[in-house]
Amino acid sequence: MAKITFITRENETITTEAAAGTIMELGVRQGVRGIDGDCGGVCSCATCHVHVAPEYMAIVGPPGDIESDMLELNDNVTEYSRLGCQVQITEDLDGLVLHVAR
Amino acid sequence: MDNYSDKASTFPDPFGLARETRGFGEVEDQNDPVLMLLRLKDVRKTARDWQSFRSGVTPGRIVVPSEVSIRQTRQIPFEMDPPEHTEYRALLESWFRRPQQPDYQIALAGLVSELIKSVVQKGTVEVVSELALRLQSQALTLLLNVPLAEAETWIGWGTHVFRSEGEALDSQKASILYDYIDQQIDKALQQPGEDLYSVLLASRAQGRTLTREEVSGVMILTFAGGRDTVINAITNSIAYLAEHPHQLERLRREPETAGKAVEELIRYFSPLTHMGRVAATDTEVCSHAVRADSRVSLCWASANRDASTFENPNEVVLDRALNPHVGFGFGHHNCLGATHARLVLKTLLTTLASRVSTMEIHEYEENNEDWGEFRRKVGFHRIQVKFNPLQQNN
Repeated sequence: MAKITFITRENETITTEAAAGTIMELGVRQGVRGIDGDCGGVCSCATCHVHVAPEYMAIVGPPGDIESDMLELNDNVTEYSRLGCQVQITEDLDGLVLHVAR
Repeated sequence: MDNYSDKASTFPDPFGLARETRGFGEVEDQNDPVLMLLRLKDVRKTARDWQSFRSGVTPGRIVVPSEVSIRQTRQIPFEMDPPEHTEYRALLESWFRRPQQPDYQIALAGLVSELIKSVVQKGTVEVVSELALRLQSQALTLLLNVPLAEAETWIGWGTHVFRSEGEALDSQKASILYDYIDQQIDKALQQPGEDLYSVLLASRAQGRTLTREEVSGVMILTFAGGRDTVINAITNSIAYLAEHPHQLERLRREPETAGKAVEELIRYFSPLTHMGRVAATDTEVCSHAVRADSRVSLCWASANRDASTFENPNEVVLDRALNPHVGFGFGHHNCLGATHARLVLKTLLTTLASRVSTMEIHEYEENNEDWGEFRRKVGFHRIQVKFNPLQQNN
């Protein structure tokens, strides 16, 4: 189990636990505002954009090429940007904090 | 008219060579030519760059073929740029996400179930008019939150509301829709309800309530944007599953595949070929000079077959895991009706899988668009399909 915290644009904090699936799926299941996952997780819509807390970036890892291309043009992209649909939940992510991007 | 692809469910990519060699195509349109951008990266970049490539120009001009000569009403929020666009889009966003709600999904499942039951009973039907148009119209009553009976009026308009037979734009035909929307707005003004017309009439933007013209602009976009596109997506998906029965079988075995299947079918069929923008200043795209006030188009259909991003782009890979398609557009103007359209298709796939064993295509006539040097198949004028029921074991 990994404990994962979402902080929404409205500064609402949602802490939850999961053992598998993706960050996008978890966010949608928990009704996290701003995590819509419109395309169901195929990296087409960018409605699951999160900023990973810097100290967790090494564990989460950088985006892949296709994901980078999607993020590249986003106004709110930072070096901590990931698309939640491309981040698989593992125990290593325990304690992870994510800010929902604008 | 002759069909030019070898199978009903084959949708060739007419842009491949031009995309790889030049990156663009040129299309003449009513003395207002269009530079079609064909590569995924150029399409995305240009879609994002609203400062250089504008949507808030003369109404009808970003549509190809241009509708400048047949309408004056600005479609909202589609023919606007930020910051104005941002406010109107935000106003509409939550309404157009209602398809995420369970009661909406249950209602849609009921409509689809009844329609599939009826085509299975009939056996052989012409899918465009007897299923796709009916499903598109009935589903739209949910999106507008109006009585199901309204769908009968829209079905009565036939598939050619905005164009007459053939390719030409037809202002008389378009006025059927405009007159209808006018009447509905009058009705909502006299007796406000919980339908989209009433909600819009009570909404505020720019520090005031929406004008009648603005409400009309949103409604026209909702009707026009989701008609041919949804009808083609439904019809083409049925053609695909008819010619690939093992994939229908797979959806039956693994219904969780339906979400990815919808994305892949949208990528492959790309219901909307392209959408225009107007250059704000002299600029350059894809190493090609673009003059101020000239038109470019974002060719979603070509971008979705770009081999530099998609492996085997001309194959339908029903469970394609990474699928950054632009079938619903890209950036802040991406399709407002996408949540609804995705749900319609997903519900169709799961209902077919649970009710139909196989489908057989009898005869069909393709619907091809001609864009300069490119001839693109977008769907069918008609297609006869026999629906064989699934024999239930219990």
